[in-house]
Amino acid sequence: MTEQLRSVAIHVPVLARVEGEGALDLRVEDGDITQLRLRIFEPPRFFEKFLEGRHYTEIPDLVARICGICPVAYQVTAAQALEKLFGVELSPWAHAMRRVFYCGEWIQSHSLHIHLLAAPDFFGCSNAIELARIAPDEVRRGLRIQTLGNELMDLFGARSVHPVGVRVGGFHGAPSLVRIQAIREKLRAALPEAEALIRWAATIPVPQDDQDFVSVATQHPIDYAIETGSIAVSDGLNIGTDAFDAHFAEQHVPHSTALFSTYHDQPYLVGPLARLNLNHERLPEPVKALLTESGLALPSRNLFHSLLARAVEILLALHEALRLLDGYRVPDSPWVPFTPRAGVATGCTEAPRGLLWHRYEMDDEGRVVNARIVPPTSQNQRRIEEDLRLSLLNFGLDHPDDALRLHCEKVIRNYDPCISCATHFLRMNVERT
Amino acid sequence: MNAPIEHSGKPRVAVHKFSSCDGCQLAFLNLGEDLLTLAGRVDLVHFAEAGPLDPVTDVDVAFVEGSVSTPEDLERIRHVRAHSRLLIAIGACATSGGIQGLRNGVFDAQWVTQIYSHPEAIASLERSTPIASHVKVDFELWGCPVSGPQMLAVVNSLLLGVAPRDNADKVCTECKRQGYPCVMVTRGIACMGPVTRAGCGALCPSLGRDCYGCYGPAENANTGALAAQFARQGLSPQAVVQRFQSINSQAPVFLAAADKIRIQNHD
Repeated sequence: MTEQLRSVAIHVPVLARVEGEGALDLRVEDGDITQLRLRIFEPPRFFEKFLEGRHYTEIPDLVARICGICPVAYQVTAAQALEKLFGVELSPWAHAMRRVFYCGEWIQSHSLHIHLLAAPDFFGCSNAIELARIAPDEVRRGLRIQTLGNELMDLFGARSVHPVGVRVGGFHGAPSLVRIQAIREKLRAALPEAEALIRWAATIPVPQDDQDFVSVATQHPIDYAIETGSIAVSDGLNIGTDAFDAHFAEQHVPHSTALFSTYHDQPYLVGPLARLNLNHERLPEPVKALLTESGLALPSRNLFHSLLARAVEILLALHEALRLLDGYRVPDSPWVPFTPRAGVATGCTEAPRGLLWHRYEMDDEGRVVNARIVPPTSQNQRRIEEDLRLSLLNFGLDHPDDALRLHCEKVIRNYDPCISCATHFLRMNVERT
Repeated sequence: MNAPIEHSGKPRVAVHKFSSCDGCQLAFLNLGEDLLTLAGRVDLVHFAEAGPLDPVTDVDVAFVEGSVSTPEDLERIRHVRAHSRLLIAIGACATSGGIQGLRNGVFDAQWVTQIYSHPEAIASLERSTPIASHVKVDFELWGCPVSGPQMLAVVNSLLLGVAPRDNADKVCTECKRQGYPCVMVTRGIACMGPVTRAGCGALCPSLGRDCYGCYGPAENANTGALAAQFARQGLSPQAVVQRFQSINSQAPVFLAAADKIRIQNHD
């Protein structure tokens, strides 16, 4: 095949089906990519500045507002950091319910992404409403699973967008046994639906697009890490959350209101595929069985497996919620008392889109002196640009403009970028060299 | 605002995003199977997060999420207004400037240089402002976030050609109807319910905690009496100010309440 040398300029002013506002600039000259930029222009919101001076009791409610799609991740990470600093030992009940609450967010966010944002690309549809005309049962099943995730969050947070249940030390309230029994019935009924979702996701043809990259995810000795763990890297590094700064750096590039992250000066991947790559051996047996059946070989170097990875994690989250709600009892108190103290706290969890890291310096009255938040999408941003470049060369630059544009959008959506998150976490930082 | 729709076919609807967390758009995207029903009743012309991209075509109803916080936003909101028969502001960002309004009055250009090594590439206005500060808004739906049932009620009202209902009563009324024990009276918790707009269904008191005002000020809110009550409960002036300066800090009633305390304490 002779490569046709040509010049193309593609400009996607607003990326559809991503959370937040981003754009893509691609310039090809004489068959070479001369410019490729994922531009993030979501307005900065300066969150970390106005957290300063706020009391620790307000932090879960304030940080939730960084992202309407993954508020639980922000609340739980902040609570985890502050509990560590204040020497709080969560009750076994609160510990388990934090994970159940978080499972609700994974189920909701993953199902929303698969069905409303990502899948239409692979069926030649421009949105989920069109997809629902050719795959009505699959889209309706996905919307039902998404609703169940929301209901699980409602149980502990009274609503699924900016839930109000988390407090430092546990939860404000505990759901009644009757409500837990009702949700368990629904979770059990959803298992075959989630299994069918994995089988369906495995049939969606994806490009062969293997690339070398570093995967980074939280890791737990026994469980598939969600709400707690150390930070693991595919090159073998395994560190505590306090050591994040020693290995990861952020920098600002002029075309973005988000900060780019690097690991030892390289781009890296966070999110569902990075988690599966690092933690698949910790999946419960029934989920492992479906994973084997799906034919997905791990570790995977193809980001187009991300949609299937999300489907696998939905089944995991359903199983985990069911396991942890087995034998549920309403606790005497949903939270434990403690005394705040001054110091520095870090926390780290797995938001639906990947590793989320927080750092708070607190004074002795329990007020924030300064805060830093590193969200998953800004960590992936460098990797997305690298992926786009490699993936386009693999795809072939001689495709028509529309096909190039669609391919780029598919690559970007594999990461489920949450641009709102990425720019709402702007931390105090002067350029480091 | 209930003139008949002039073109034939389904009403054309747009959902626009400004500076926000995307959470109010989820009132649509979290509708579940009702989302498909809604898509059958209206023509979703522009809704970037859901897929349709057409910010140019005239629409019957534009839902606007987010606050105006960049120079480009100023242009865009005028464009949206010019192309929409009805403009509905949804959520705290669009109705009060949102949580990012906390920068108003304290914004320092140094913030940008401290955060970004290329500050010249960052365009941000000093103030985050609600939609109604810039263009005529036909209806405001308060809340952080607005809920699915609230949104469906508005859409259904518009489909029936009637004005949406505006409930500006207090969270306390919802709390009493649900029969929740008052957290302030029974447990001495500093609750914002007495001055906060209804609409959520008193979610926070249902968990035994304080309302923190995410639906913004109610009508006839007696903020002075509540601030005095907070002080009697042992809150410092700074803590009382922060109660009013949170999710809806720039709502005039909450801003005035905070300013009054600041002046009294010579802050």
